[in-house]
Amino acid sequence: MKIYDVLKETYSALSSNKVRTGLTMLGIIIGIGSVIAMTAIGTGAQNSISSSIQSIGANLVMVMPGAQRSFGGPSGARGGAQTLTVADADAIESQISNVAGVVREVSSRKQVVATGTNTNTSIIGTEPSYSTVRNIAIDEGNFISSQNVSSGAKVAVLGPTTRDDLFGVGATGVVGQKIRISGMEYSVIGITIAKGGSGFSNTDDVIYVPYTTAQRYLSGNKYLSEIDVSAESSNVSSQVQTDITGLLMARHNITDSTKVDFNTMNQADIIATASSVTSTFTTLLAAIAGISLLVGGIGIMNMMLTTVTERTREIGLRKAIGAKRRDINFQFLTEAVVLTFTGGFMGIILGWLIAFIISYLGIVQASVSLSSVLLAFGVSALIGIVFGYYPARHASSLNPIDALRYE
Amino acid sequence: MIEIKNIIKTYKTGDVEFNALNGVSFTVADGEFVAIMGPSGSGKSTLMHLLGALDSPTSGTYFLDGKDVSTLSDDQLADTRKDKIGFVFQSFNLLPRTTVLRNVMLPLVYEGVASDEREKRAREALISAGLDEEHFHHLSNQLSGGQIQRVAIARALVNNPTLILADEPTGNLDTKTGEIVLETFKKLNKELGRTVILITHEQDVAEHADRVLFIRDGLLVEDKIIHKHI
Repeated sequence: MKIYDVLKETYSALSSNKVRTGLTMLGIIIGIGSVIAMTAIGTGAQNSISSSIQSIGANLVMVMPGAQRSFGGPSGARGGAQTLTVADADAIESQISNVAGVVREVSSRKQVVATGTNTNTSIIGTEPSYSTVRNIAIDEGNFISSQNVSSGAKVAVLGPTTRDDLFGVGATGVVGQKIRISGMEYSVIGITIAKGGSGFSNTDDVIYVPYTTAQRYLSGNKYLSEIDVSAESSNVSSQVQTDITGLLMARHNITDSTKVDFNTMNQADIIATASSVTSTFTTLLAAIAGISLLVGGIGIMNMMLTTVTERTREIGLRKAIGAKRRDINFQFLTEAVVLTFTGGFMGIILGWLIAFIISYLGIVQASVSLSSVLLAFGVSALIGIVFGYYPARHASSLNPIDALRYE
Repeated sequence: MIEIKNIIKTYKTGDVEFNALNGVSFTVADGEFVAIMGPSGSGKSTLMHLLGALDSPTSGTYFLDGKDVSTLSDDQLADTRKDKIGFVFQSFNLLPRTTVLRNVMLPLVYEGVASDEREKRAREALISAGLDEEHFHHLSNQLSGGQIQRVAIARALVNNPTLILADEPTGNLDTKTGEIVLETFKKLNKELGRTVILITHEQDVAEHADRVLFIRDGLLVEDKIIHKHI
């Protein structure tokens, strides 16, 4: 029996009961579709998280205050301690090799008032190199200058979201306007370009001021809330991280590494952690979708067994006119595989459509990978063979005499 | 040429053995029209299954065209059916929701005949079986009983078999239609020289044949020629 004839027989068998064929196929369509959509969403989430982490600035080592520790007493919140000073930052800049830049930061959350409107946003006190380390670009005006820092000028650079909140969406001529933070007046000297970047923090909803100004008027003390150190390359960033830890332990007179009063974080570690979390998440989603695929496969087997029973006399006749065991076996296996393959193909389209809609709605930038499509095709064909095998074998082993007499 | 020698077929249900055929021997020459008659339970169905290479005997030999069919494997039996035997069943067994032509071409599909050649041979067979050309593209369930049985006869004819084996071909038809179908067999035998074996329990059906074999209790009890073979 030729392949073409088998396919023709398969077509007429499957199209003779369209409703049943369609419903059975639906199991596979939903199964494959959800596998494709889920992995696309998972991959999209993974990409968006790692790109938003990367947008903060690559090669970055962040130093933050640790928990305040007092002997016997309760521990304070992590990051709540006031342990990092400007002198610490100076020491990192001058004593550690492979450091491209050091950024001092004093951040807080304050109510900000412009003419008639107000908002609550984070105020980052920092210095000029922040813009290079964190990939901040200026849309209009200027970023904070070193002169602003040394003089402690009351100047502010707004993120685009903050600009929209205070002056209206897409407002122009904002540079030169005045805003009030904690009762003090600041002049706006620049607006940054939108970076998008959601995830952990929105880098567009922020106000930058000189860190000296922030220390004097906003926090009222000489401590830093974060020191960002940019390593010369991502290869040396973990070395820089270790060196900083050693240096700061010496400066803070700490010998036990479990009792440090600061934390360091390496950007590469954060990306690795985040992507391992999202890939676990993706696997979980795919596994749940895989269960529906399994259920679809059992549906195929059920339908094939019903078909074999219904067509017992036909099988008997085919055997009587000369069909061999392998002809019957091949015919029913082909039917199952064509069923799952067609379902798989439609499922890929469905999954791709779901991914497209989700991307279009802006929920996650879902991306359907070629490998998941190929995998889906392979899996659907495999399901056809696995779940079609038993019914086909059952059909081919029927005795023609009994099959012809079957009522 | 069909040569059956001392055929025994034993069925086993649990520990009970039952001989459906108890040593049957006969010969059918090419071009004969033979009816095998017997009451139900006589063993005539078993004999038909053996003649049709659907089953193998427990002992004895069956030569079809000089070839021993009694010891073949499943696949070899399938090949024998494909090349040498055409079946006509009481219950027609056409594929439902399938055109007349495709039903008749089905045996050629298993033979691996090219598809334009298939259609040509199917048309010839349908014309020999006496079906009008206007029905060739009808679905099998749109035909009357007599037309269906003629499609089934065409299907039995299309692979050019040594033997046409008809199992109660008129059992599901009224007398008049049955008469037409039997005339078709007679025509195939007389005009095209086909060997036809008809299995029936009805006397008047058997009388259409030239020779009648009576089977009772697994034995051949009578072998008589009722019409002179021309």
